[in-house]
Amino acid sequence: MEFSIYDFTSFTKSLDKLLNENMSSFWATSIEMLLIGVGILAFYALVGLFLVYAERKVCAFIQNRVGPNRVGPYGIIQTIADLFKLLMKELIPIKNADKLLFNIAPFIVIIASFLAIAAIPFAKGLHAIDFNIGIFYVIAVSSMGVIGVLLAGWSSNNKYSLIGAMRSGAQIVSYELSVGLSLITMVIFAGSMQFSVIVEAQRDGWFLFRGHIPAIIAFVVYLIACTAETNRGPFDLAEAESELTAGYHVEYSGIKFAFFFLAEYMNMFIVASIAATVFLGGWMPLHVGGFSGFNHVMDFIPPFFWYIGKTFFIIFIMMLFKWTFPRLRIDQLLTLEWKYLLPINLVNVVLMALIVLNGWHF
Amino acid sequence: MGLIKYISGIFKGVWSLLQGMAVTSSYFVRPWTIVTQQYPENRKGNKRGRSKKKLEMFERFRGELVMPHSENNEHKCSACGICEMNCPNGTIEVISKMEVNEEGKKKRALDKYVYHLGMCTFCGLCVKACPSGAICFSQNFEHAVFNRAKLNKILNNEGSKLLKGVE
Ligand code: SF4
Ligand code: SF4
Repeated sequence: MEFSIYDFTSFTKSLDKLLNENMSSFWATSIEMLLIGVGILAFYALVGLFLVYAERKVCAFIQNRVGPNRVGPYGIIQTIADLFKLLMKELIPIKNADKLLFNIAPFIVIIASFLAIAAIPFAKGLHAIDFNIGIFYVIAVSSMGVIGVLLAGWSSNNKYSLIGAMRSGAQIVSYELSVGLSLITMVIFAGSMQFSVIVEAQRDGWFLFRGHIPAIIAFVVYLIACTAETNRGPFDLAEAESELTAGYHVEYSGIKFAFFFLAEYMNMFIVASIAATVFLGGWMPLHVGGFSGFNHVMDFIPPFFWYIGKTFFIIFIMMLFKWTFPRLRIDQLLTLEWKYLLPINLVNVVLMALIVLNGWHF
Repeated sequence: MGLIKYISGIFKGVWSLLQGMAVTSSYFVRPWTIVTQQYPENRKGNKRGRSKKKLEMFERFRGELVMPHSENNEHKCSACGICEMNCPNGTIEVISKMEVNEEGKKKRALDKYVYHLGMCTFCGLCVKACPSGAICFSQNFEHAVFNRAKLNKILNNEGSKLLKGVE
């Protein structure tokens, strides 16, 4: 079995062959699914823990504070301690809640983000499913999360969580449109919805540079819209701690609350990885057409690190948004979407189509 | 006209947002601007964490009431009891004694200056009221003890005398 950190294709192929030689294809597929599931689960938990830590540190430095620094060196074990605290907390049953929906809601939220992560290419060959409609699939499954949010707010039988859920629903549904349209702009440019094709097309330069003006506009619009879609500040009025105490998950405690919390951070990770893949070339190293020596040096860094680096760059920008801007009001939020982002996006799609038709790109 | 306003509004908005992000990200890349002091470490000024400054309380901080003594174990308190009367909480008890001075006159002198730290609200009225400037605040703020009785302090030293020239 050969293994290379630069290309996982042969590794996964040989694993597949090994399994198929030793058992029937049903069992081979089941085991592969299990392996991928466990792998993604572990990745999910690790990234979630790290993101919570990173957010606390980033916001602390932005606000001239030190952040967690007592548990472990530089506080790196802090989130693990927090996780244990959440695990051991009592699950408080709500008397007049709709029991079934109340218990299902956190799972819907977490499954939606889990499904989306399957379609993301982490490195060459490290890609669970390569749909030919990958982007469409990710948009579709990630919008399922709003059902969980609405159910959580509705079944809690609490007016704060209901208001929070309604706000969140209005917000996610309207910003989904901008996310979709800005991705469609890039789909027009790439000519494909398949993630592997999109990444491969950025071999000689990232779409952000090759598509110049419309790509940059689409990138900015995508960043704004996906920050709103993940319910993060400055668009966090769905959970508005100061007004709604916590919004839709106010009645949840212990591990069920942790599910919502984790799903929120994972959604941020997912939208950031889509941005990194579609605009910044995913796992593809930074290549400048013509400079083969420079390109060769860049190839030396394994693709997985390129992917992680770009994703965390986007995540950092989103954190900067959260800790810089004040929270929007609900009417300002909808004005921003329907009067600004959407028209800009529609014009941008036409602009991109013109540029692609006339070949005015690099 | 409306369209121009709309577009210029977008650019103005984006510009002001970028200005805000420049401020926050400039703080992010300058860790030495961190203002948090890390308390137990910075008592001795040792080097754990990012803030290495030694802890120093500012001058006007009211930590606890003290009575400064000179090298000859002399204080300035004439035991007039004005501070005791001014204290809103009954924190101070001035216990005086009668002494005969060199000229053969009987005179009131300080025996014990009792200060109940546990009852003090650090209002500073006693220091303001003292006619001879005998008491002041120190910067010490670590008052925690295991027994409440330890909070009752006697501020004048053993065998201390009134400084010459203070009436
Ligand atoms: S500071 Fe205020 S409360 Fe404390 S001893 Fe002086 S007068 Fe009393
Ligand atoms: S401390 Fe000052 S006010 Fe209080 S008894 Fe002494 S001299 Fe009088």
